[in-house]
Amino acid sequence: MSAFQERQNEPDLSLSAIFVQLLNGLAAASSLFLVAAGLSLIFGVTRIVNFAHGSLYMLGTYTAYSLVQWFGGGIFGFWGAVLLAGLSVGLFGALVERLLLRRLYHAPELLQLLATFALVLVIRDFALWAWGPEDLLGPRAPGLEGAVAILGRRVPEYDLFLIVLGPVVLGLLWLLLTRTRWGTLVRAATEDREMAGALGVNQAWLFTSVFALGSFLAGLGGAIQIPREPAVLTMDLSILSDVFVVVVVGGMGSIPGAFLAAVIIGVLKAMCIGIGNVSAFGMEFSFSKLTLVVEFIVMAVVLVIRPWGLFGRAQGVPRGTASVEPPLSLPSPGMLKALAAALLALTLLPLVSDRYTLVLLTDILVFALFAVSLHFIMGPAGMHSFGHAAYFGLGAYAAALLFKYALPMELALLLAPLAAGLGALVFGWFCVRLSGVYLAMLTLAFAQIAWSVVYQWDAFTGGSNGLVGVWPAQWLSGKTAFYYLALVLCAGGALILWRILYSPFGYALRAGRDSPLRADAIGIDVRRQQWLGFALAGLFAGVAGAVYAFSKGSISPDTLSIPRSVDGLVMVLMGGIQTLTGAVAGAAVFTWLQDTVARQTEFWRALLGGIILFLVLVFPQGIAGFLRERWEARAGKRQS
Amino acid sequence: MTARRTFLLGTITLAIAAVFSGPAAAQNTIKIGEMNSYKNFPAFLEPYKKGWELALDEINKSGGLLGKKVEVISRDDSGTPGDAVRTAEELLSRENVSLLMGCFASHVGLAVSDFAKQRKTLFIAAEPLTDQIVWNKGNHYTFRLRPSTYMQVAMLVPEAAKLNKKRWAIVYPNYEYGQSATAGFKKLLAAKQPGVEFIAEQAPALGKIEAGAVVQALIDAKPDAIFSSLFGADLQKFVREGTQRGLFKDRPVFNLLAGEPEYLDPLKDETPAGWYVTGYPWEQINTPEHSKFLAAYRAKWNDYPRLGSIVGYSTMMSAAEAIKKAGSVDTEKMIAAMKGMQMDSPLGKFSYRALDHQSTMGAYVGRLALKDGKGVMVDWKYADGAGYLPSDAEVKAMRPAE
Repeated sequence: MSAFQERQNEPDLSLSAIFVQLLNGLAAASSLFLVAAGLSLIFGVTRIVNFAHGSLYMLGTYTAYSLVQWFGGGIFGFWGAVLLAGLSVGLFGALVERLLLRRLYHAPELLQLLATFALVLVIRDFALWAWGPEDLLGPRAPGLEGAVAILGRRVPEYDLFLIVLGPVVLGLLWLLLTRTRWGTLVRAATEDREMAGALGVNQAWLFTSVFALGSFLAGLGGAIQIPREPAVLTMDLSILSDVFVVVVVGGMGSIPGAFLAAVIIGVLKAMCIGIGNVSAFGMEFSFSKLTLVVEFIVMAVVLVIRPWGLFGRAQGVPRGTASVEPPLSLPSPGMLKALAAALLALTLLPLVSDRYTLVLLTDILVFALFAVSLHFIMGPAGMHSFGHAAYFGLGAYAAALLFKYALPMELALLLAPLAAGLGALVFGWFCVRLSGVYLAMLTLAFAQIAWSVVYQWDAFTGGSNGLVGVWPAQWLSGKTAFYYLALVLCAGGALILWRILYSPFGYALRAGRDSPLRADAIGIDVRRQQWLGFALAGLFAGVAGAVYAFSKGSISPDTLSIPRSVDGLVMVLMGGIQTLTGAVAGAAVFTWLQDTVARQTEFWRALLGGIILFLVLVFPQGIAGFLRERWEARAGKRQS
Repeated sequence: MTARRTFLLGTITLAIAAVFSGPAAAQNTIKIGEMNSYKNFPAFLEPYKKGWELALDEINKSGGLLGKKVEVISRDDSGTPGDAVRTAEELLSRENVSLLMGCFASHVGLAVSDFAKQRKTLFIAAEPLTDQIVWNKGNHYTFRLRPSTYMQVAMLVPEAAKLNKKRWAIVYPNYEYGQSATAGFKKLLAAKQPGVEFIAEQAPALGKIEAGAVVQALIDAKPDAIFSSLFGADLQKFVREGTQRGLFKDRPVFNLLAGEPEYLDPLKDETPAGWYVTGYPWEQINTPEHSKFLAAYRAKWNDYPRLGSIVGYSTMMSAAEAIKKAGSVDTEKMIAAMKGMQMDSPLGKFSYRALDHQSTMGAYVGRLALKDGKGVMVDWKYADGAGYLPSDAEVKAMRPAE
């Protein structure tokens, strides 16, 4: 096949090589464990899905780097800097909890997630501002610079130190949680927060201290990395998915579970790298490339077999933290008229607007349908998805591939959503067996697996570069024509999804969310309803994805990446998860903000984060939720 | 009541429409649209921005172009192809720019290139290294400045072949750039050195290398030499672990891009001496054109240039030269002007090939050394890009017919 001779060595996995790779894996696991333990503690007690945990880790690395420069590199300088970096991040975490998150405990669930997402944006721009764009490689640890010969291979002393550090921290945390009064309170709150509160435990103080400890561990985890890796601005998000995986595989809130999961993932990765390329039956398989996704495969397998992770237990339903969600009422005549007027305005808009407005509005329409489909399963069906972009991306790729290889554009556009629906049907079958954060993380795992396939399959999907030349047919190539196409498909899709929520199927979905037991008792097959709901949402996300592909003319793996999924979450939460139109409002505001803010300032990420924080604090019920409250207040006044 | 509400909604819609539609463009300036992923790759792109801003200054100080002042409308494309295409549309339809330039990541560059083809607009890709952008996905409207992955690999191969090492191990970031660097290296080296063996390959995820394990696996494979296309944080981790574990002892290493100040400077006193790299030894280049650039850059920014500065500066100058040579901002005329256009740059003369729209800008090839606690390039030479391209027939076969 090739003009040159190529021979892959059979994997040279002698026992000694395996042992040293085991050490490498354990060293990696220790750093991962420290960060994950903090996240697990925070989630266990406060139920906050802390997206900013990776940012705290990054702050730890940067702070430690600066402190080491400042103190000088001696033994005390170095270790003092590491410790102090951890402590200052802990203090920062406490401030975040007191000043920000505290105000949100009574908001609809997951809103804290939105706040922490805004923090990610702000902290990253802060780091850029404070430390500059260049990578900062810190010094090696004084006293541990060298390497030790083990089985004829040189292993860095610092790795050995890390291997010891992990279990030591695990032991200390275990002592803290089981042998102190504070630990007892934390465990009580993890088990049943409301009961602990009812028994007189000072929750405010407990939450702050747990958040501070979690942040300290994240900061320390970041600080001890400086002898191993440089401080870079992307390290926040690159560790975030890893620690989420570790925490979920271990079982949320379980520290020993997090440790075990970190070890499994760390060692497995090292082994994949150690095995390298393997040829069997004339096929070559690269285990090294598998490191792209191996942790997500582990998570998917673990969650399918053990729905609450390795050491986790069924989560108690949090009671009384947020206002109970009111049942969906039929839209009032006024609401319907407003909706009709908005549609009419959107239809007439091309008469007065310029070309770019139509392009931006096409994007907004696409993301509105994407957000509505996500809201469909998150809100009324109560299944939080962190991986909804998978179906958006599947729709987009199916459209692009059908168009490139076989069909006219119109047919490709219409058939592509079926691929997304099919994907959702397959993944959903596994996901609906889970609930809460575990379900969300399984959707994320599947999305990452789908992403990695698309990313790797160069011959078919174009790999990391994606596919270009996906332009609409001649009669749709004008921006106005395409805008109308997007309007019909996206607004139509959203209306169909809303209509479904008022059908018996929709009522059954909501019954399954509000009381699975009672729904079951009256003969509703809750799991099947959820499964179908999941597939439907995937189908319509696929519609959005297909329209997106043709509106951009190209498609790349980031259409099904984590950031796209997170964007969807942000839109739904910003608009207000408890209102139907919230997703549309959120998608419009977020897309418009991204477009506008990016032109205003160099530090537009921080500005965007600041605006989101402001919205979260002022409209905890979401933009649409706020409008509805005002509307109802006015209507109420008029009636009385 | 409802009528009033409908009216209100209508007003709001109109108001939004008014806000959305931008001001009518004044045409006493020439507008150039620039877009890049500033927030995603700041280490490269901040110097890049300083580079084109310096060039813009110089252009306007010398009287602008065609008697008009030049204005650059710069945008952050958020680092995704979808947002980049929307940004490009905004630059074209709202700002009425005459051409587009910029881009860093290959997938974004390709998306914008295809958009330029659809909108029949000139696009000068600054940095995307992918071979596809001028070859199998090349088009009439797209030109590319940087020497591509293929060219830079080809610049290293002669040195690699000279060493006559039999067993090679390869490590690369697992995406298109690393994959094509690897494929190109294997193909070119095997052609020059029959019997060469590639015994191990490691493909860590971009930005997420498990350096300890990767280094160990490479040691266990016992290669005679190593070819790497790692850069950024991955490279730094690889260097540190590799040094500690003795991977580089008595083994020559070839690393694309590692001599670029963006990636070399953070290594400081851990710079691995003896590595063969492509890069930019800015402090040692004594040609008049570079000295002039260096002085101007330092005067304006009080900082030294990185390779990104050169890319930004030369991209801006290319756009200006295209307009000047065409005598107009008509797309077809500018494209005709750019085909075969000669350029003076801080790195010397280069041209844009009529054949595939690739520039012949070269890169510096040399070895790393440690000097005063800093990494520098030694024994370097400038490799003119024109000498490291496949034959015209091969290029023609790859490029889609127009």
